[in-house]
Amino acid sequence: MLKRRNVLAGLAATALAGGALLAGTPLAQAQDTVKIGVLHSLSGTMAISETTLKDTILFLIEEQNKKGGVLGKKLEAVVVDPASNWPLFAEKARELITQHKVAATFGCWTSVSRKSVLPVFKELNNILFYPVQYEGEESERNVFYTGAAPNQQAIPAVDYLMSKDGGEVKRWVLAGTDYVYPRTTNKILEAYLLAKGVAKEDIMINYTPFGHSDWQTIVSEIVKFGSGGKKTAVVSTINGDANVPFYKELGNKGVKATDIPVVAFSVGEEELAGLDTKDLVGHLAAWNYFQSVKNPANEEFIKKWQAFNKNPKRVTNDPMEAHVIGFAMWVKAVEKAGSFDVDKVIDALPGIEAPNLTGGTSKMLPNHHITKPVLIGEIRADGQFDVVWQTKDLVPGDAWTDFLDGSKDLEADWVGKKCGNFNMKTGKCG
Amino acid sequence: MGRLIRLLLLITSLAVGGFAVPHRAAAAPEDLAAGLALIAKDSFNDTLSGIDAIARSGVPHAAALVEALQDRRMLIDTANQKVFYREPAGTVREAQSNEVVASPPAGLTAVRLNNRVRGAASAAIGALSLMNPDPQRRIQAAQAVMKSRDPTALAVLDAALAAEKLPNVKAELQLAWAAVTFSKSDAPLDKRLEAVALLKDARSREAVSILRSLPADAAAPLRESTTSAISSIEQRLALWGYVQNVWYGVSLGSVLLIAAIGLAITFGVMGVINMAHGEMVMLGAYTTFVVQEFCRTSAPWLFDYSLVAAIPLAFLVAGGVGVAIERGVIRHLYGRPLETLLATWGISLILQQAVRTAFGPTNREVGTPQFMSGAMEIGGLVITWNRLYIVIFAGLIFVGLLLALRYTSLGLHMRAVTQNRRMASSMGIRTGRVDALTFGLGSGIAGLAGVALSQIDNVSPNLGQSYIIDSFLVVVFGGVGNLWGTLIGALSIGMANKLLEPYAGAVLGKILLLVAIIVFIQKRPRGLFALKGRAVEA
Repeated sequence: MLKRRNVLAGLAATALAGGALLAGTPLAQAQDTVKIGVLHSLSGTMAISETTLKDTILFLIEEQNKKGGVLGKKLEAVVVDPASNWPLFAEKARELITQHKVAATFGCWTSVSRKSVLPVFKELNNILFYPVQYEGEESERNVFYTGAAPNQQAIPAVDYLMSKDGGEVKRWVLAGTDYVYPRTTNKILEAYLLAKGVAKEDIMINYTPFGHSDWQTIVSEIVKFGSGGKKTAVVSTINGDANVPFYKELGNKGVKATDIPVVAFSVGEEELAGLDTKDLVGHLAAWNYFQSVKNPANEEFIKKWQAFNKNPKRVTNDPMEAHVIGFAMWVKAVEKAGSFDVDKVIDALPGIEAPNLTGGTSKMLPNHHITKPVLIGEIRADGQFDVVWQTKDLVPGDAWTDFLDGSKDLEADWVGKKCGNFNMKTGKCG
Repeated sequence: MGRLIRLLLLITSLAVGGFAVPHRAAAAPEDLAAGLALIAKDSFNDTLSGIDAIARSGVPHAAALVEALQDRRMLIDTANQKVFYREPAGTVREAQSNEVVASPPAGLTAVRLNNRVRGAASAAIGALSLMNPDPQRRIQAAQAVMKSRDPTALAVLDAALAAEKLPNVKAELQLAWAAVTFSKSDAPLDKRLEAVALLKDARSREAVSILRSLPADAAAPLRESTTSAISSIEQRLALWGYVQNVWYGVSLGSVLLIAAIGLAITFGVMGVINMAHGEMVMLGAYTTFVVQEFCRTSAPWLFDYSLVAAIPLAFLVAGGVGVAIERGVIRHLYGRPLETLLATWGISLILQQAVRTAFGPTNREVGTPQFMSGAMEIGGLVITWNRLYIVIFAGLIFVGLLLALRYTSLGLHMRAVTQNRRMASSMGIRTGRVDALTFGLGSGIAGLAGVALSQIDNVSPNLGQSYIIDSFLVVVFGGVGNLWGTLIGALSIGMANKLLEPYAGAVLGKILLLVAIIVFIQKRPRGLFALKGRAVEA
């Protein structure tokens, strides 16, 4: 995923990097601590989403240390600020691994930032936990993907809308921000819809620039497309800041969820915090976790999280849950391996199970993705979501989608085949 | 004859008041009990059947019940499988008997909803309140029935049509009747053709949607008349579409104008490349947020006027910061554009991070007052109120600024200083003070822009960044140092953008526009309205 990026962001990042470096370096270096890298933007355009994830890791480390740490050692967070600047992500990753000698890193949000740090993690052989839903088509030895792959979010959401409860949608608007995540997701969805017998003229695809704020034309086009005599829905991969003006326009134009529902893949509790949701009741989001999920584990987590932040209104969201699962998995893998050694932990991770906050147990798969439930939530008037549907079982994450020509023969398997893109047809890696 | 009796019944039930359901003479509490039992199970499918049963029961409080369900005010006591509902005022009633419950049992949970249930509920409310004494409710009911096209509502619709006196309500009822009849495959052909004619006269998007839903195996004459109706409506809508695009252009132009006009002062008139301009806009938006929060907590009745109260405050806050920046930094850098650029940029980063630290990195919610929510329709043109108010606000700022520059002594001094600083100085004008005030004025106006933009965009620390480039574009394109140029520049960029967008798409449209502006600037480096004369050299 990638939020609004503009020309200024890059330069802004460089300017702030110096300050962040000073702030992030721990002064004392005690012998009996193990360091965990936190690589999330704390300034620039992405700070809006990533700051929460930094707090999440700090919270998890504090909780773990209360329990006595890992293998008798206390954990210590090393927070750096890559400032929403993609090349800086790589530099900061290098700094974390070479200078601070972190045992593992939790970080990144946008796909661009992940792609930018990949070579560093490969070269210096370290572990990255990536917590955000993404477009798939990737599996690396050093990366563990705790967010949703397309088959854990986009495809089930479309299935739901096609079902009776979802309104038996026959006509589709795929609206997204113009960059890699929406483009790939929409390509997969289009192939999937066509395979399901949806006619080509019943699919409208629309892209908008980052931070698009004038949605008047596009909302009218959606309404016009919606008057085709068939039930219409919008699948939105619109990103970050562009969502608020989009939903405001929908609300003002009176597009109700009962007429044209909008299902979003990038709108969570945090994004809705800046919106008055009265007019948006019933619009949908697909995630693997919602704050409103009722079960004791989640309620306890929310209570502790709000106490940690000393803010009783602080919301939780899906990428946070992914970090919770990823962190628990890393702790268990270290304990299983009996060592913080990167190679041993990477080998120990597949097969590790950790409870998620929706009441199930997620498992790390050989393709470095995890199993997750898929939940569909409807926006409520108070800015939270009501879960209206969820998959019966946990869905295993699929790195390479089955609906695109280039990737349907590929499998990732880091246990048996030691390969991230094994071609089942040719029987070769790559 | 039967119809007459039913009508009589209807009129009596209307006279009694409440929500009468005409196709059933007597209320059937047993249906209600069955419906409530289904709802107590709280599964979506059971709730749907439950709504049907409640609507069928014909008890006087049926509509109230379904409305409560729709607003999540219908409560279940899971332990005893009993259903209650809470009135908007707060009183809790037992659903079956409709009696007030003084002390409702603990642990009541609201019935869960999804879009299907919501749709069924609004259809049921529509069918139940077609005979409501309030004409506004009858219109809403007719629109709900038109949406649901529920064939069982036809009998009620006929009765309601016969009883209706008000022409505007009658028109809505007729449309609802047409929608239902048209979609009812076993309705007589002449009735369905009549329905097509009615829908054709409605000439709305919704009518097209209904007409398009005709199955391909419908009778030939019906199909033909439907197709011709669709094309006639589409033609009209296409014409309105052009008007709509022009309005969108004006609206986007006004947003650009409002964002750029402050810059037209600081950059255009003073020549300061002010990269912190966007942050002044952001400060204005955050001032609005603070004012509104204050209203929310201390004086909720003021909420609708919070924006009005925010206008002068945003001007003062942003203007004050502007004066401070000018006195503290920029005045030392006059005549050194590159350093000014870097310094103001640094300031913009400082301001962003300061706001991020103070208010947090996430978006802040600035509510929309009631009078700015929703949209109005003129013919086929849909105008949202918030955009309309912004167009008006932008116009007022522009006129106000023109007048201020023309008729106030500060305006006179400003023009004097910008045209010839040394001569103005020797005439006794304190140029330093004028500089500070001019910069403050530009910044204050940016703050006003923040109030307006808080209504359509995110209130986040990044708000300013998204407008700074567009603002410079407008000022440079319009011609530096000319307010009229800024107006024409903003409107023509907005218009070109919105006229291109439907054909080229938002991404390509923007690229084409930028290319066009680059070419234009090559030809006319001083923009649309270049300043002439000796002032240019100053």
